[in-house]
Amino acid sequence: MTAAELLISVMWLGLTAYVLLAGADFGGGCWDLLAGGTRRGAAQRALIEESIGPVWEANHVWLIFVIVLCWTGFPGAFAAVASTMYIPLTLAALGIIARGAAFAFRKATTELVFRRAYGAAFALSSVLTPFFLGTVAGGIASGRVPPGIASGGIVRSWLNPTSLLGGALAVALAAYLAAVYLCQDARRAGSTALAEAFRRRALATAVVTGVLAACGIAILHADAPVLFHGLTGRGLPVVVVSALAGLASLVLLLLRHYLATRVTAAIAVAALLWGWAVAQYPLVLLPDLTIEAAAATPEVLRVTLVVTAVGAVLLVPSLVWLFALFQRPRSAAGERAAQHPGGR
Amino acid sequence: MSSSWCLAAAASPADLVAARTQMGFSLGWHIVIACFGVGMPAITVLAEWRAIRTGDGVHELLAHRWAKAMGVLFAVGAVSGTILSFEMGVLWPGLMETYGQVIGLPFTLEGFAFFIEAIFVGIYLYSWDRLSPRAHLLTGLPVCVAGVASAFFVVTANAWMNQPRGFDLDNGTLIQVSPWAAMFNPATPPQTVHMVLAAFMVTGFGMAAVYAVGLLRGRRDRYHRVGFLLPFTVAAVVTPVQIGVGDWAAKFLATNQPVKLAAIEGVRQTGTHVPLHLGGVYQDGELRYALEIPSGLSILAHWDPAALIHGLAEVPPDQRPPVNVVHWAFQVMVVIGFGLLLLGLWLLLAWWRRHREPPRSRLFWYACVLAGIAAPVAVEAGWITTEVGRQPWIVWGHLRTADAVTPVPNLSVGLAVVVVVYAVLTAATVYVLRRLARAPQEADARPEPVRP
Repeated sequence: MTAAELLISVMWLGLTAYVLLAGADFGGGCWDLLAGGTRRGAAQRALIEESIGPVWEANHVWLIFVIVLCWTGFPGAFAAVASTMYIPLTLAALGIIARGAAFAFRKATTELVFRRAYGAAFALSSVLTPFFLGTVAGGIASGRVPPGIASGGIVRSWLNPTSLLGGALAVALAAYLAAVYLCQDARRAGSTALAEAFRRRALATAVVTGVLAACGIAILHADAPVLFHGLTGRGLPVVVVSALAGLASLVLLLLRHYLATRVTAAIAVAALLWGWAVAQYPLVLLPDLTIEAAAATPEVLRVTLVVTAVGAVLLVPSLVWLFALFQRPRSAAGERAAQHPGGR
Repeated sequence: MSSSWCLAAAASPADLVAARTQMGFSLGWHIVIACFGVGMPAITVLAEWRAIRTGDGVHELLAHRWAKAMGVLFAVGAVSGTILSFEMGVLWPGLMETYGQVIGLPFTLEGFAFFIEAIFVGIYLYSWDRLSPRAHLLTGLPVCVAGVASAFFVVTANAWMNQPRGFDLDNGTLIQVSPWAAMFNPATPPQTVHMVLAAFMVTGFGMAAVYAVGLLRGRRDRYHRVGFLLPFTVAAVVTPVQIGVGDWAAKFLATNQPVKLAAIEGVRQTGTHVPLHLGGVYQDGELRYALEIPSGLSILAHWDPAALIHGLAEVPPDQRPPVNVVHWAFQVMVVIGFGLLLLGLWLLLAWWRRHREPPRSRLFWYACVLAGIAAPVAVEAGWITTEVGRQPWIVWGHLRTADAVTPVPNLSVGLAVVVVVYAVLTAATVYVLRRLARAPQEADARPEPVRP
């Protein structure tokens, strides 16, 4: 494996983490949108807020990480994508602002009117942001972002069948992951009713996503032949893994094995991303920009890989602690602290 | 790549203005919030540390409330910073296509710092009832360190735009890059130190202003007193150091980026015994109506009245920045800096003469409220000085801003949308922070109630 291939793999790992973690946070926003009236949806919204609250900012950083690795390791491809995708990327950035700010504002607000307004902004932007990011992915995958600054059509690069498929899939996958993760969160919080509610949602979105993926085969055949041939050729084993993991999740959900479902659902979604990568290898941008041709100078690749490896030593234990801390019940020491704040 | 250069040059002047305005607007907005991300964790952790050490309820209450505000500001800062990384490519693809890899290292490092900051902010804000007090205090330390580190890394990239180093070009194509040399360019030390200290000043004066308002309204209890004194002291201690660092930054310009210094001072002709100009308007190649201090600039820049100062005339007219904007932005920053210094001295004097009591004069408290606004204004002014003072270059001496902008048309539409979103965001942020500041003190006497 060359340095450039290693770096783009690290970048893709980062993207996988973003989709699996931040994707679920966006999905939580989708369910917030569909939770119903203020009173009826209160319990669901509280669970979503508690699950997302401590982790969404850290999950969001994966996107920054991917963007920065992209412009460092593959600056020409980054400039091509960013300039051609001016419209959906600007809209996604504004969606990210609305989602994060509204979520934080709602938490800090008590008046119902404002909580509703912030909640609506949070939920709507949670649907729109993954949609626009999905259209960008669809545009790249269907070869509508040629190398060069703003060389692709600034509208048709992201308003086309594959992009719309990408947008719809992104929203569906986000909602699916969130529903699956929330089943276990609800069970841990001791609410069977909520767990059942999210189980139904997880099952429904699993079916919707499956149907979308099936339609997607036809769309890609007509609209993105290169990707289609990659997915049905070299990428086929990965696609099969995704499908099997999806089916396994369905069975595990029916059996209410929520923790195991988390793993299989994550594998199903991650395998879709890696299937795309395998199908498109060794091209970064269609028609002919290869990983090696797009890569930065060797010294930049070397330094970036070393820095990333060192950074991971700090990052991984911190991340593990973050998730472990909020996935377990409050500790005895914490309970004492809550009763006697300030350590007196 | 050559075809893309032709395209990049095809942006209309109106689109260039729109792109610069959007970048300046979103960056200018983020820079103030980011200052709180750098300074507020340290001041909050300081209050929490004193609460644990002394068992003092007021410090504990303040730590809790500052943590809440910090949570809101961190969220807003995280997302308003994200759009900047999008805009780097969306608006300035000509910069990123060639130089993205040269400035990639500090941004990669910043990514990790931001990760650590976000992870521990999450832990710090949500684990009051999950960790022991001492462990909770310790989780605040990575937030403080990562906040300062983030600011350092990002500003090294900006410093590189002023002092581009660490790459070799052959016909516009990069042939060799030394990322560490690019990151540790000559402008890195003065610029990063200046920005980090500015962040502590914005945070300290900004937080103190909230309690100065309360004190002016007659709430002279210990809560308001401590809430004012702790952040104000941090900012007031930093201020004289910052003025020294500012002098260092200006001397740096005299040797390394003389065109910017010439624009700051409106110096047209190279010469010795160059006077320092206060105020004035730059017209037809000279500063008019300005107060002149003979040989002042030569002395300030080189400690020598006979020192040579390079004038704008040394570069062709199309390589000179707009003098009036740069000159006035710099003056505003310096005036505010010295005003804040005097304010700190006023408190020090009263503290000594009135036996550990702040000044009685209402004028002092009004000035402290004003300082909370003036400090971010000074940051904006300083930032305008360094950014506009580099024009017409985006990468000084190598790439013009006009050649880096995207050729995509109708950028003013995007600008309008961004301005509307930020107007709403500003109003909501101010409203939420005011609500947090006004909530009754009892509401926060205990950590957040544990949800069943």
